Amino acid sequence: MDFRLGEKSEVFRKEAREFLREVLTPEVLERCHRTGVQHDEGFAAAMRDKGWLAPGWPVEYGGQGRDPMEVLAFSEEMARANAPTYALGTTMMIAWVIQQVGTEEQKREILPKALAAEIVIVLGFTEAENGSDAAAAKTSAVRSGDGWTINGSKMFTTNAHIGDYVFLLTRTNTEVPKHRGLTTFLVPMDQPGVEVRPVHTLSGERTNITFYNDVHVSDAWRIGEVDGGWPVMTVALAREHNAGFVGEQDRLLANVEDWAHQTLDDDGRPMIEDPTVRERMGRAATEAEVSRLLQRRAAWLSSIGVAAHAKGSMSKLFSSERLERQAADLTEMIGTDGLRSWGEPTAPCGGEIEHAVRHAKGTTIYAGSSEIQRNIIAQHGLGLPRGK
Amino acid sequence: MDLRPSQEQQQLVDAFASLYAAEAPTSKVRDAEPLGFSAELWTRLRETGALEMAVPEDRGGWGATLLDLALVAEQHGRAVAPAPLIEAQVAARLLARVGADVLPEVLSGERLVTVAVRPARAGALALVPAGAVADHALALDGDRLVLVDVPRDVRHVNNSGCLPLADLDVPPDATVLAEGGEAVEAYARALDEWRVLTAAALAGIAARALEIGVAYVKERQAFGVAIGSFQGVAHRLADRASEVDGAELLAREAAWSAAEEPERAAELAAMAFGFAAETARDTTYHALHFHGGYGFMLEYDAQLYFRRARAWANVLCEPRAAYRRVADVRYATAGS
Repeated sequence: MDFRLGEKSEVFRKEAREFLREVLTPEVLERCHRTGVQHDEGFAAAMRDKGWLAPGWPVEYGGQGRDPMEVLAFSEEMARANAPTYALGTTMMIAWVIQQVGTEEQKREILPKALAAEIVIVLGFTEAENGSDAAAAKTSAVRSGDGWTINGSKMFTTNAHIGDYVFLLTRTNTEVPKHRGLTTFLVPMDQPGVEVRPVHTLSGERTNITFYNDVHVSDAWRIGEVDGGWPVMTVALAREHNAGFVGEQDRLLANVEDWAHQTLDDDGRPMIEDPTVRERMGRAATEAEVSRLLQRRAAWLSSIGVAAHAKGSMSKLFSSERLERQAADLTEMIGTDGLRSWGEPTAPCGGEIEHAVRHAKGTTIYAGSSEIQRNIIAQHGLGLPRGK
Repeated sequence: MDLRPSQEQQQLVDAFASLYAAEAPTSKVRDAEPLGFSAELWTRLRETGALEMAVPEDRGGWGATLLDLALVAEQHGRAVAPAPLIEAQVAARLLARVGADVLPEVLSGERLVTVAVRPARAGALALVPAGAVADHALALDGDRLVLVDVPRDVRHVNNSGCLPLADLDVPPDATVLAEGGEAVEAYARALDEWRVLTAAALAGIAARALEIGVAYVKERQAFGVAIGSFQGVAHRLADRASEVDGAELLAREAAWSAAEEPERAAELAAMAFGFAAETARDTTYHALHFHGGYGFMLEYDAQLYFRRARAWANVLCEPRAAYRRVADVRYATAGS
């Protein structure tokens, strides 16, 4: 057994850390936080120049051919630094789908631009009436002439207001079971009939609701087979199964450590000497380590060709639930000063801890809520009968 | 990264799993109550080399790593085995480290030496694990590492986990094996090893309890369906399953770090112990709870795991104390 990620991974990690120290300035982080948009063109261009938009892709597809453990070390550093990689992630996720199942024309049109950080692709899966049950999508696509007419709306289309394309999951057949009547399209955002309205969230992140009113899309923008949208979704989401919120936990603890060393109690002693403070921090550090191990295991399994399935869900479930627990517990520990918000000059740790509570709440909801993860673990991990 | 045991480690695990299956089925675990010691099982463990493997080769042993021992400890926990494997292994390693003369007699099985996991207070050693069945106990008394003779008429302290616990005294003439910094350092290292191996055993208890609980909820019907199909049941077991995997990974990492990343070993040992203690506590709780009234009956195995999950950890401390210890290692200045 070996718990190290390996020499190559650590070299890459170090390189990523140095890059982030240089490129991810406080100004960039402040702007992302203030605008609620986890994307920065300067940062994206710097990533592109390094060839790091797709470090794990094969070299012949424009990647760097790095192994999954190198990519994991890289992702860990991006997460720990809170780098604005959200739009880059969705763009490259869909670029990968096109690489795998797209037409030659689609590949020629999209891949060079994606790899050059010239376009942003956003995700259009969730709707107002369905979230976790993505296959229940109602947004319709109907044949018209040589193309399709799309009507409906999508929720939480994050970055749609700066996006060039939306990867849209649509209903093309209502006569078959729900998973078999879906088709995916890459819809240009500048198409007439596409409307974007902002949706503001608890964490300060700006997302959107997008409307599609008689949007005409050429058949050339269909990704995959007609009514074959679900297999395409499987390709898209296959790379999402190693989700984990380790970077957030590390960052939260680092902030609390600063607070505990700098803040004095009523008797003038640093809070770090208080046994209850120590216990809560020791517990948080332990949970972060367990989260790290669960995420690394899922990534390692993928790297040796074993589908992570329930083990990937364990990583997502545990790390998001414990992040939420820690954010709540450590904010309470800080006491009344924990009320002072991000952006408020008197807030402890610049309000990062207050913000963690808001951010953490989302992590147990998006990318498959905790209830969905528990269903997966119960059925696929423990072999329990399917519930209602 | 490679999370697979080596071929040799797998053989080791298989050998001990077979031994426990034969010598420590839950019927024999019950027969060994309330003392919590099966002389037969202990003999078989010794004959298999459970003590020799723990000791370095230059001291007459086989030189197993702490990770090898942790993999065996997982099996020990799965069986809730009534034998002082972990204490005896940790004691043998400590005897080897300080060059004690008694080691050959320990390896030959003539003497059973255990370790008191909490230092003496005013000459008293409370609830020493295996104290009721050992010939000697290693203990830290101030800055002296002493070998205490266990009196022939030692009294077993009845306890919730059916462990062979005893209250012992450090006599004025106890054999001093080491003193000062050397003694304190050697004892601290032994205690970290005990934390790691007990964490592995607790992870084993939790893993087996989860299997027992899952098997039951697949079988038991209520309202016309298996109760495992109810989310109120399934989701709690899914939470526990994630923690069980986490506890096992963390205990293994802590054991691995002893040789491979020693600068992290003390911190990981405390983390592993605290997390495994909570995981074993919570997993055995739900495994028992989902048996309904049957879980409450002594006849069912769930309660064997429920009681030991709590006792095996609490012999040292509660999980919160383990997390304070994590902070002590991380932030150096010890909180009061």
